[in-house]
Amino acid sequence: MSNTGATAPLYEELGLTASEYQMILETLGREPTQVELAMYSVMWSEHCGYKHSRSMLGRFPTEGEKVLQGPGENAGVIDVGDGWAVAFKMESHNHPSAVEPFQGAATGVGGIVRDIIAMGARPIALLDSLRFGSLESPRVQHLFEEAVAGIGGYGNCIGVPTVGGELFFDPSYEGNCLVNAMCIGLLRADQLTSAAAAGVGNPVILFGSRTGRDGIGGASVLASQEFKEGDEEKRPSVQVGDPFTEKLLIEASLELLDKELLVALQDLGAAGLTSSAAEMASLGGMGIELDVAAVPLRESGMEPWEVMISESQERMLAVVTPEKVAAVTEVCEKWGLTATQVGVLIEDSEFVINDGSDEVGRIPVLSLTDDCPKYQPESKKPDYIEASVPSVATVFSSDSVEDELLDLLGSPNIASKRSVWDQYDHMVMTNTTVLPGHDAAVIRLKGTDRGLAMTSDCNSRYVYLDPLKGGMIAVAEAARNVSATGATPAAITDCLNFGNPEKPEIYWQFKNAIEGISQACEAFGVPVVSGNVSFYNESNGAAIYPTPTIGMVGTLDDVTKTCESGFRSDGDRIFLVGDTLSELGGSEYASHVHNIVEGPIPSLDLGVAKATCDMVRSAVSSGVLKSAHDLSEGGLAIAVAESCVNGAIGAKIDLSSSGQELSIVESLFSETQSRFLVSTSQSDGDGFLKLAEEFGIRVAEIGEVGGDAMQIGSAVELPLDVVCNTYQQGIQKWIQKT
Amino acid sequence: MTVDRPNIGVAIFPGSNCDADSLHGLELAGANAIPVWHDHPETGSLDGMMIPGGFSYGDYLRTGAIAQFSTVMDLIRQMADDGRPVLGVCNGFQILLETGLLPGGMLRNRDMKFICRTVQIRLESTGNSFSNQNASGDTMRIPIAHGEGNYYADPKTLAEMNSNGQVAFRYCDNGIVGASTNPNGSSESIAGVTNAAGNVLGMMPHPERALEPQLGSTDGLGIMRSMVESCISSRAAINV
Repeated sequence: MSNTGATAPLYEELGLTASEYQMILETLGREPTQVELAMYSVMWSEHCGYKHSRSMLGRFPTEGEKVLQGPGENAGVIDVGDGWAVAFKMESHNHPSAVEPFQGAATGVGGIVRDIIAMGARPIALLDSLRFGSLESPRVQHLFEEAVAGIGGYGNCIGVPTVGGELFFDPSYEGNCLVNAMCIGLLRADQLTSAAAAGVGNPVILFGSRTGRDGIGGASVLASQEFKEGDEEKRPSVQVGDPFTEKLLIEASLELLDKELLVALQDLGAAGLTSSAAEMASLGGMGIELDVAAVPLRESGMEPWEVMISESQERMLAVVTPEKVAAVTEVCEKWGLTATQVGVLIEDSEFVINDGSDEVGRIPVLSLTDDCPKYQPESKKPDYIEASVPSVATVFSSDSVEDELLDLLGSPNIASKRSVWDQYDHMVMTNTTVLPGHDAAVIRLKGTDRGLAMTSDCNSRYVYLDPLKGGMIAVAEAARNVSATGATPAAITDCLNFGNPEKPEIYWQFKNAIEGISQACEAFGVPVVSGNVSFYNESNGAAIYPTPTIGMVGTLDDVTKTCESGFRSDGDRIFLVGDTLSELGGSEYASHVHNIVEGPIPSLDLGVAKATCDMVRSAVSSGVLKSAHDLSEGGLAIAVAESCVNGAIGAKIDLSSSGQELSIVESLFSETQSRFLVSTSQSDGDGFLKLAEEFGIRVAEIGEVGGDAMQIGSAVELPLDVVCNTYQQGIQKWIQKT
Repeated sequence: MTVDRPNIGVAIFPGSNCDADSLHGLELAGANAIPVWHDHPETGSLDGMMIPGGFSYGDYLRTGAIAQFSTVMDLIRQMADDGRPVLGVCNGFQILLETGLLPGGMLRNRDMKFICRTVQIRLESTGNSFSNQNASGDTMRIPIAHGEGNYYADPKTLAEMNSNGQVAFRYCDNGIVGASTNPNGSSESIAGVTNAAGNVLGMMPHPERALEPQLGSTDGLGIMRSMVESCISSRAAINV
């Protein structure tokens, strides 16, 4: 064995602690080789090892009758009926996007797509949840525009529609933007593919792109230790996406699976070959032997450790039985991809790395995966929550709600995101029946009557002010969005973006948000089937708002029975579903108009939340609703405006009959949960009221669709074109202001 | 497969991504749709060919620049010469321009951004294989999705095309063509052009995305059904 040994300080530079290094020494009974140390450093990183989060993630409810695959594989999978299943997952690509937004966001899409392929599913939809600092900042504008271009550049090329997502601006993301990508894939339920290795002696095949020095991030100090300064060639580089190769990889992988040529399939993501091979062996309870000399390289002179941890994109690893190797190679060649045997499965649960005939590493597999160090950090309620004054939010008064409404309507967090989704091909595959811009996108499943609704949601300001309730609300909002289309929430994936978990206040946010998400999932009966944790989202010591993004998939038995958010015809009756309380704490109104970020955030009764969703879904399915829109940021006023804009028709709202004693500001902008704005034809209105009564949900008739103005009592009377222009041009105007 | 369904091929390049949509769409429009792989093309009895959207060969170098050298293009040139209908949509249009089967060239969109949205186009000419279901002046709502759809031809070529009736579609708003309804900066708001014979059409909008009420528009049916009918009539003419 060519054991060059490793010097003590090196492990620290690689991000390992002294006690972790001690664990490695004990596990191996000797000093690690260079390759081994590099492998441990990436596998025991927070990103791969979930060191600080694992103990909490067990809290999530993960079981349900429709769950075919819960957390632990590349993506979660649920049964959606007629023999079809859906695989989905969301993942962060925050740090690369902060450095190089175009490639960072693009490779974020590429990575999550490969997770879905690895389950044997064809990717059918993408969503992207983006958060940036204040849009006034030129740097933020650059990050925003480049990230959007990167997502479009990648998703458009691979022919998977980008149908939804979020866009939120807040100074807390100034130095650390969030790019979370979610992919949904479709597969036959009986063709579910696993990453679990099986069959001693079976060849391990690497296919797709060649391996280069891309993305050898944390381990780059190995290079500076080993090589002279200024040795440009050895310098690690940012991962670069090649969506054309990804498209070929999708088709080749699906053809390989279709022809039943593979035993197991796994994508290469963070920590590259090390992580993929270790996870396959670990899941299969066996060992693996790889030869780095066999790996096709993009550049010469790569060291074994570089090959093992390279994050070159667009690669997959497969386990194949020996007699099928030729057929696998043939399929890959058809798609113009290299396919090379790089290893073999072995009985002992060891990860052996060879460089030709030299053994350069030998590690117990589980020490890289299950036995990664786990920490239970301290947790402490942050001072800012103790200090929060619960009364400020109730004292807003205004003489000019009309101006404030327009101000809010054109603000970056509320204004139309059309300029973003216009850059994404959201129609390719000809399945998108509810396009972006409504509560949730709907995709039909060709050849069946069925459809899927999908959304991603998180009001991180709420989570910041009250992580427990904020976590609940994130799930409840996703459920409302899905229900507004008539779909039944089926399962969620999550992307948990937080600051440094070693700070007790951050860990407290994390713990409470998980508890809130879990309680809401239990109440709605939706399991968590996959997810991702991203810690250390901080800059200059300041953390982002805690942002547990929820990606939810809902199912529709009949995809023709859906509803959109826009008002439809003159004379239709408008109803407000749910009570409105004085709840302006943490609201978009308080933040944007008054620059106040203070609790208490809106209350949430999970029972009411679910019953309200059930009622609205039932109303959509029965066909009595002509429009349905959930109320969230900006409250009733913004919901009315959006329903007017999306339907290109005015509305006349009269709140005097709602029977609730609130100020005009509260009526318009309060963000009380579990509310919807719906409309019916004249004749269906009474039927709807009866349905609501059966569900025990309070509904108030508040107006009528029609005309070319948006009118709310005597406080607001705005021409429709002013409302439309303000909403549709908001983001562009904001960018041009600076 | 019924006898009166013409066989229409869909050329599939590495990187094509509207091939499945095109196969589905042609079937809906009444064709027997046949996938044709780029490097060993089906040479059976194809009555027409559709070149779908996507990013053939990654569209490296220039959109459609590599695809023009593909084996399947020999077949497509032959079919075009024989008078069989050939429809190129989006990347397919770009490829037809690169091969010289259609006049003009393609630039990046005026705003340098990818655009995906439903636009209106106006039918400008009925003297081709794709318009027998429609009348001149008809407007259609059809989605576009492209980063390089800014059609360019020099003034002389434009004049020729106009006099030959080779401008198939223009972007419009309720039938009115103007600068404000031109999404990508195309010369004369051109959305689609044919060859002089009228059997080869290239267009940026995706008719295969506008065939079913669930997707919001069925205005693409006229174009696709016209192609299907022309395939039947050109087969009869060629086989006489």
